[in-house]
Amino acid sequence: MTSFRMPTGGLIDRTQPISFTFDGTAYQGFAGDTLASALLANGVRVMGRSFKYHRPRSVWGAWVDEPNAIMTVSLDGRDLPNCLATTTPLEDGMQARSVNAWPSAQFDIKGGLDLFHRWLAAGFYYKTFIWPDWHLFEPSIRRMAGLGAVSHDVLDGYMSDQIHDRCDVLVVGGGPAGLVAAVAAAQSGQQVVLVDDHPTLGGSGYQYDRIEDMDPQGWVAAQVQALTAAGGRLLRGTTAFGVYDHGLVGLAEAGPFGTAPRLWRMRADRIILASGALDRQITFANNDRPGVMSLFGAAEYLARYGVMAGRDIAVLSNHSFADRVTQRLTDAGARIVPVDPVTDTPRVIGVKTLKAIDTGTRTHPVDTVLVSGGVTPLVHLWRHAGGKLDWCDQRQAFVPGAAPKGMVAVGAANGTFDLEPALEEARGVGAAETTTRPSCSIKLTRLVPKLGTTARQWIDLQHDVTLKDIEMAARENYVSVEHLKRYTTLGMASDQGKTSNMAGLAAMAAVQDVALPEVGTTTFRPPFVPIPLETYHGRISGELRNPVKRLPLEARHRAADAALCEYGGWLRPGWYGSGDPKQHIQAEAKMARETAGILDGSPLGKIEVMGPDAEAFLNFVYYNTIRTMKPGQIRYGFMLTEGGIVYDDGVVSRVGQNRFIVSCSSSHVDGVRAHLEAWRQDGNDPDRIFVHDLTQHWATVTVTGPKARDLVGALGLEVDLSAAAFPHMTFREARFHGHTVRIARVSFSGDLCYEMSIRASQAERLWDAVVAAGQAVGAAPIGIEAMSILRAEKGYIIIGKDTDGETMPHDLGVSAPRDRKTAAYIGDRSLQSETAQEACRKTLVGLAVAEGDAPLVTGAHAITTGGSPRSVGYVTSSYFSPFLGHPVAMGLIEGGAARIGETIEVWHDGERRTATLCAPCFYDPDGGRLHAG
Amino acid sequence: MTQYSAFRLFREGLRGHKGWGKAWRSPTLQRAYDVVIIGGGGHGLATAYYLARNHGIRRVAVLEKGWLGGGNTGRNTTAIRSNYFYPESAALYDLSVRLYEGLSKELNYNVMFSQRGMLVCAHSEHDMEMATRQYNAMRLNGIDAELLTREEIRKRVPILNVSDTARFPVHGGVNQPRGGTGRHDAVAWGYARAADRLGVDIIQNCEVQGFVMEAGRCVGVQTSHGEVRAGVVGAAVAGHSSVLGQLAGYDLPIHSYALQAFVSEPIKPVLDTVVLAPAYGTYVSQSDKGGLVLGGGLDRVPSYGQRGNMPVQEGVIGSLIEMMPALAKVKLLRHWGGIVDVTPDSSPILGPSGVDGIYLNCGWGTGGFKAIPAGGYLFAHLLATGQHTDISRPFDLSRFKTGRLVDESAASGIAH
Amino acid sequence: MQIFTCPFCGPRDEREFHFVAEQGKVRPDTTQSVSDADWAAYLHTQRNEKGRVREVWMHTTCDEVFVMERHSVSMEVLATTALRKEST
Repeated sequence: MTSFRMPTGGLIDRTQPISFTFDGTAYQGFAGDTLASALLANGVRVMGRSFKYHRPRSVWGAWVDEPNAIMTVSLDGRDLPNCLATTTPLEDGMQARSVNAWPSAQFDIKGGLDLFHRWLAAGFYYKTFIWPDWHLFEPSIRRMAGLGAVSHDVLDGYMSDQIHDRCDVLVVGGGPAGLVAAVAAAQSGQQVVLVDDHPTLGGSGYQYDRIEDMDPQGWVAAQVQALTAAGGRLLRGTTAFGVYDHGLVGLAEAGPFGTAPRLWRMRADRIILASGALDRQITFANNDRPGVMSLFGAAEYLARYGVMAGRDIAVLSNHSFADRVTQRLTDAGARIVPVDPVTDTPRVIGVKTLKAIDTGTRTHPVDTVLVSGGVTPLVHLWRHAGGKLDWCDQRQAFVPGAAPKGMVAVGAANGTFDLEPALEEARGVGAAETTTRPSCSIKLTRLVPKLGTTARQWIDLQHDVTLKDIEMAARENYVSVEHLKRYTTLGMASDQGKTSNMAGLAAMAAVQDVALPEVGTTTFRPPFVPIPLETYHGRISGELRNPVKRLPLEARHRAADAALCEYGGWLRPGWYGSGDPKQHIQAEAKMARETAGILDGSPLGKIEVMGPDAEAFLNFVYYNTIRTMKPGQIRYGFMLTEGGIVYDDGVVSRVGQNRFIVSCSSSHVDGVRAHLEAWRQDGNDPDRIFVHDLTQHWATVTVTGPKARDLVGALGLEVDLSAAAFPHMTFREARFHGHTVRIARVSFSGDLCYEMSIRASQAERLWDAVVAAGQAVGAAPIGIEAMSILRAEKGYIIIGKDTDGETMPHDLGVSAPRDRKTAAYIGDRSLQSETAQEACRKTLVGLAVAEGDAPLVTGAHAITTGGSPRSVGYVTSSYFSPFLGHPVAMGLIEGGAARIGETIEVWHDGERRTATLCAPCFYDPDGGRLHAG
Repeated sequence: MTQYSAFRLFREGLRGHKGWGKAWRSPTLQRAYDVVIIGGGGHGLATAYYLARNHGIRRVAVLEKGWLGGGNTGRNTTAIRSNYFYPESAALYDLSVRLYEGLSKELNYNVMFSQRGMLVCAHSEHDMEMATRQYNAMRLNGIDAELLTREEIRKRVPILNVSDTARFPVHGGVNQPRGGTGRHDAVAWGYARAADRLGVDIIQNCEVQGFVMEAGRCVGVQTSHGEVRAGVVGAAVAGHSSVLGQLAGYDLPIHSYALQAFVSEPIKPVLDTVVLAPAYGTYVSQSDKGGLVLGGGLDRVPSYGQRGNMPVQEGVIGSLIEMMPALAKVKLLRHWGGIVDVTPDSSPILGPSGVDGIYLNCGWGTGGFKAIPAGGYLFAHLLATGQHTDISRPFDLSRFKTGRLVDESAASGIAH
Repeated sequence: MQIFTCPFCGPRDEREFHFVAEQGKVRPDTTQSVSDADWAAYLHTQRNEKGRVREVWMHTTCDEVFVMERHSVSMEVLATTALRKEST
């Protein structure tokens, strides 16, 4: 294969050869090459296959606009799908494979699909596969579709760096205009960041012989030097991929091959858009053949990589700016045949290798056709930010119009295609001078696509959308530009329409016989180029993604072989001991009934509410009456939503006249605090109420069971624990080794129980003392699972488990406040609604099963008997009680409380069982043990 | 209108596709219609179709501000399912699934309803109890459902990290085999084409600017194309329901939020089903073209801005990588946002608006696409008869006064 | 991401904030008779304006509740004011 590499020129390092393979064949390139430039230099033309027809394709462009050369690239055991050959820097040992082609891009067995193209036109799938059933056809279509394959192996290195930054001026694009603007801004004292997606700055500058009387490399180096000297920063290989609300710009900085890009969230007072411009596609027969390329793309291959696109080249262009490129190609030794796309009707001859171009009047043997149907500014970020576009007749292009806040466009992105005026414009804008768009020297003949030809003329290369598809879409009245796009899939390929958009609009304008701007444009959606998903991932992996709250006693639990599980955001002991969890849980629950269990209750909410209005405030926040509480008392209560739904349950302790402690459920602390704050500040005088969440400052050790008094008594707290002196639902303060310990006689188990809270730093000391004292009475730590059994035996609920989003307090049997509380409280009016008063509401009941039966399944439904079953509620908690020796269960059942004693059917997974409704209390129903004298 | 079929496609292929007729006409707005539907999205177009087909009402106009199907119909992640807890929701959404099942044939337009299953993961033993409750409810509601173990999920979705090393391990889940995805544009276009064939006038680029009121009743609308009289007016403008309400003078319990969606570059098939992982707040499917289609919850900030932003991107995409680390290197192709109507119970509103002569189809939250056939079917009945069916009645606006909400999230914890 | 200015802490990431409600809702006096319609309006009805909106927000890191005026399409923040200044 002959080399298309020039002996000199370009930015590549000819002293550093690089070996790589493509579809199994070995090639050589140089440091500074991209995969595409190296393949072109080796004379490789077919680099991929199109998505639908599997037509052989080569590169169209030289950078991010490339629709064809998409490859799976392997290096050092990393396999990356869907890499653009035009933007992938060449590295030694790279193995590239074409995607969507087998065995290779050159010989693809699916190439024959193109023979059936006439039946695969735009939207063909909407019109067929209806009979007998879409599902018959879909699997094979799925297998045909898709580009690269992803292996199920997890590649490490998806922890992207995430950087937040700001600057005065962000310049997007490191071409001549961007560089000059950045230098001018930096020299005027602004903090400047310049980003460019190439590894090497300079943009299209290398296509010029001289810039401001210097050779381009020297000029670029001088600008970089000036910029850094003035304090400017440079981010090479960095794509500005989107502009978001409040001026946030997303930047993805490429790292070494296969590693996650670094994500910058950049904010700038001013954004200077210098993103350049691209060639516009021209539609003509077989314009998708390998060897038909973007003219500016060819100029880039020559300028940056010293690669000639071809030797015998036809240039199809309708504008004066093509001449500069043509001249450079001629200087480099190419033979040029100019073809006028306006007057001629060109047709390309050749399939995998280009043989000739037929202009309609004569045939020129050529190996390459270079195309430029105009110059299109890259305005994606402008549109992301909400900027408007104006149609320019002279340029036959959309150029930036009304500017979005804080953004200005310069250079080719602004339609300033001439170098000198672009530099002048950029210099002015950089220095924050007011500028107007300079005039442009481009002379351009309007190009009208030639409709109604028999030959296929390509518009979207990757998606195989042709001019005929546009004509057909128009015939079928898919004329809105968005319908056109979606119906034909024009512009929806991975290049996102960078090559096809303007040609598509021109085609639709021609079909409808209207001016192009009347067709409109589709939305420019971020990201500007596809960026790896991992870019967004950051380092927030595993536990960091949603951190668990940790107990002060975690080390103690681990030492005791606790199974630590997540409950309501806390990492808590589910049970202690390895092996079968069920055995441990049952044993713990039994022990707690027979002697005592020691539970780490630290996550329990401890929100202090203080101030002269605290009493009235809590009386409003709680369903239950708080006002009548006396200091030292504890009361159980519900907080409701304004909709009357039970939001939280817990106890309130009145510490003093103006001081309360709200013990909400462990998983609700943040929500309850926010709830209290919102009501405190919005509707109350916030200077008379204070809310202070001390949950994580205090650890709580709970001792429950008949031996609890003995155990706590052994701690030497000097508190009279007798029932008379310290009854149920009261609390006392005591000292433990000089530290305050608050002892509350509340119970979630239904047994005699003491909750001892102490500052977190003393938790281990208290725990150790309790565990030691427990040994004397046969008590030991229990986990949350055992406690869950204990509370179910007693019929105590867990919000969100035994209640749902419809449960009101009277459904749980607590109706006194609803009937009698006169003061206003949250949710009060909702408890009087039509729904709230229905007799068939789901209410909390116990569910008993026949002797010897297994526990009901939690999540089983109660059903109606006879006919087709209807759900009338469900089992919310169900356990085998080791102490009682039979199952216990609770459920929310329609009209349940009024149906105690009835037998109902319970349905799970198609199987029916029976259960008897009973009061939701299986243990100590008269409370003798709870109040334990 | 041309009938679509494989045979017709074959013949048209031979003669350069010259014989296809217009999918729909571009009629001019008449002075009066029996029914004027505001909003040319899926729901509006389906309503027009069923008005003509089920009720024989053909003097119907659909007024669309932009291009038909250009709102949330063309912006969603195309999931279709009826895995609901309450019988009311199940009846509504399963009517939709059943209509979807026959839709391609009925409309003679392939909407590509692909019943590849809708899997909702459970991440803990408590989740599994809730999943069991959900599963049994679905079965009792007559909805197909499977309760899957971790091992079964591992086999079906091998790319999903179900191990204990995952931040949220997968303990099991509930699958609805009949759930899946459809081709969103095709649903709008198929209904538009079928409605047009029955005589419905679809007027694009026609913005409603006001309502014509006579004796307290709405008798027409003012549009950018002039005034039009209407026997009855139906509003199906999800995302802008409140804006229209302010024009007409009715209040709604709706907040507008952006919901974002994401699609990756096409890759070869790696995912055969729709997977929702509630703890991660992300769901994902793979389109027939090969792109991963993903979404998550609503934005945090109420909004009418139809665009995406970074915090949600990071949440949704970051979570996807935690769920399926092998997809980390796949590239994001596009992301966008649609504005959805969020009601207090996340259930839709179907019924009278409170202003005589105007009926509502709105409040679909994040799940309007899956409900298009049912929404249209039921709304057509309302507009034709002024009466609810048993399926639409629970979704009347009056439920906010009676308190009889249909709050699925409350029962099942499943994001809509 | 958007940047909201907490009147207490200054400009912060939107993720630190929680939307509470539209500004200006007044809770009916429930010790008196309140109609279903009035209660439903208080509970559920939203102005939901497209354009300038006034809303109550909470800065979840300091728990300060404040009023934010912003534009619901452009997302521009026009003003943030401490709630207590509003009420006096």
